[in-house]
Amino acid sequence: MSIRHGLLALLEHGPRYGSQLRTEFESRTGATWPLNVGQVYTTLGRLERDGMVVQDGEDDAGHALYAITDAGRGELRSWFGRPVDRASPPRDELAIKLAMAVGAPGVDIRAVIQAQRHATLRAMQDYTRLKAQALVAVEGADGEKGRDDVAWLLVLEQLIFQTEAEARWLDHSESRLARLSAAAARRAGNATPAATPGPADSRGPAATDVTGAPAARTTTDHGTARTPSSARSARR
Amino acid sequence: MPEAMPGSMPHESHEAHQSQPSQQPVLQLEQLTRVHGSGATEVHALRGVDLSVFPGELVAVMGPSGSGKSTLLTIAGGLDSPTSGRVVVEGTDITTVGRKELAALRRRSIGYVFQDYNLIPALTAAENVALPRELDGVSARKARVTAVAALEEMGLGQLADRFPDEMSGGQQQRVAIARALVGDRRLVLADEPTGALDSETGESVLALLRARCDAGAAGILVTHEPRFAAWADRVVFLRDGSVVDETLRSQADSLLSGQAAAQ
Repeated sequence: MSIRHGLLALLEHGPRYGSQLRTEFESRTGATWPLNVGQVYTTLGRLERDGMVVQDGEDDAGHALYAITDAGRGELRSWFGRPVDRASPPRDELAIKLAMAVGAPGVDIRAVIQAQRHATLRAMQDYTRLKAQALVAVEGADGEKGRDDVAWLLVLEQLIFQTEAEARWLDHSESRLARLSAAAARRAGNATPAATPGPADSRGPAATDVTGAPAARTTTDHGTARTPSSARSARR
Repeated sequence: MPEAMPGSMPHESHEAHQSQPSQQPVLQLEQLTRVHGSGATEVHALRGVDLSVFPGELVAVMGPSGSGKSTLLTIAGGLDSPTSGRVVVEGTDITTVGRKELAALRRRSIGYVFQDYNLIPALTAAENVALPRELDGVSARKARVTAVAALEEMGLGQLADRFPDEMSGGQQQRVAIARALVGDRRLVLADEPTGALDSETGESVLALLRARCDAGAAGILVTHEPRFAAWADRVVFLRDGSVVDETLRSQADSLLSGQAAAQ
């Protein structure tokens, strides 16, 4: 997250002091990414070192004010014009968790998916409730308050899209695993009666382990291919 | 993403639309089972589902296709009978009433919203909304007055004299919601109501459904779209005919008030 550029963008509206920047940053983004004053001053220090801001006197209450420089404005323009760097996707704990759950002993990957889907939907419900309120706020407000409300709405909607993508990916992963385990069961079922030697025999159980779905094992035992849903029913 | 707890966000409002658990549920499903076919081709569409929906509550039902979502909805609405279990609508077990009484109860208590709107093409919006009242014996003039009032309350007054083919999909669906909840009816069963709509329009339909529930209706929303399910108070996950998970009520309100108290 670019605190640097966020602060430069706020300073473009005129000189400000540290805790004021923090408050404004948070009212733009709904405190989704809370800042502490320490971070703000550290960042201001670096920006000052790099010539992007200068100290610009004090306000009546004695707060040290910072102002953006021409170099800072240039950097800000170039930031807005530049797409966000995708070269190294941020680490995603959920993706790592599912990747590790594949074939992990004693882990029911479907339970992992369902637990996450529950939490993801809950978060979406919360964001959606807040969004409904934000929509009302946006209709009623203008001026600076209006700008903050619009900014907050955009951030909320981004969170909704993100959680939605996560929920879709979870659904997709679940059905992908079900299909893979059904296919593995079919292969195993075909292989056993035909007494196919070596490779096919080992492929069946191995594929079952990959998806970690007990359904595949059940069907392997019976030597019959089943659809994922009937295989699941059979387990109950 | 850093922890983005909605509770820590400003712009909060304490407006709550809590259902009151002390109230009677509008709809109560008890140990509902539905078996299609028999013997080798037997399919268990529902296996002992319990679900209550209270006034003011919107419940989303999600699940893969074949999980029993639509069966649940048709049984809840009296369009199909369960193999066993009870379906209590406004205090009446509709599995035990006669055909005629069931038809009357359906007309008076239950509204449907379908993916393809199902408005009658030869009738205007107001006439479509008035129809269930008229079928219930209310005079045409009185039914029309109620219908126009219902449309106006939902901000759809300008559509009253339009025919379905003169309205967009989103407008038709909003009229369908008005029809579902006209008169004393306060149970709306919506089966993929946004399925045929683009996402923006779908959202406005959901917002209307949400608003009607906030105003006291009880709703079940069957959807496979997480974004639309998120408008609900509770999300129920069905799989192979059983409820496998359920999100509790969104705690945004209590989170926010808890936060406000802490600040």
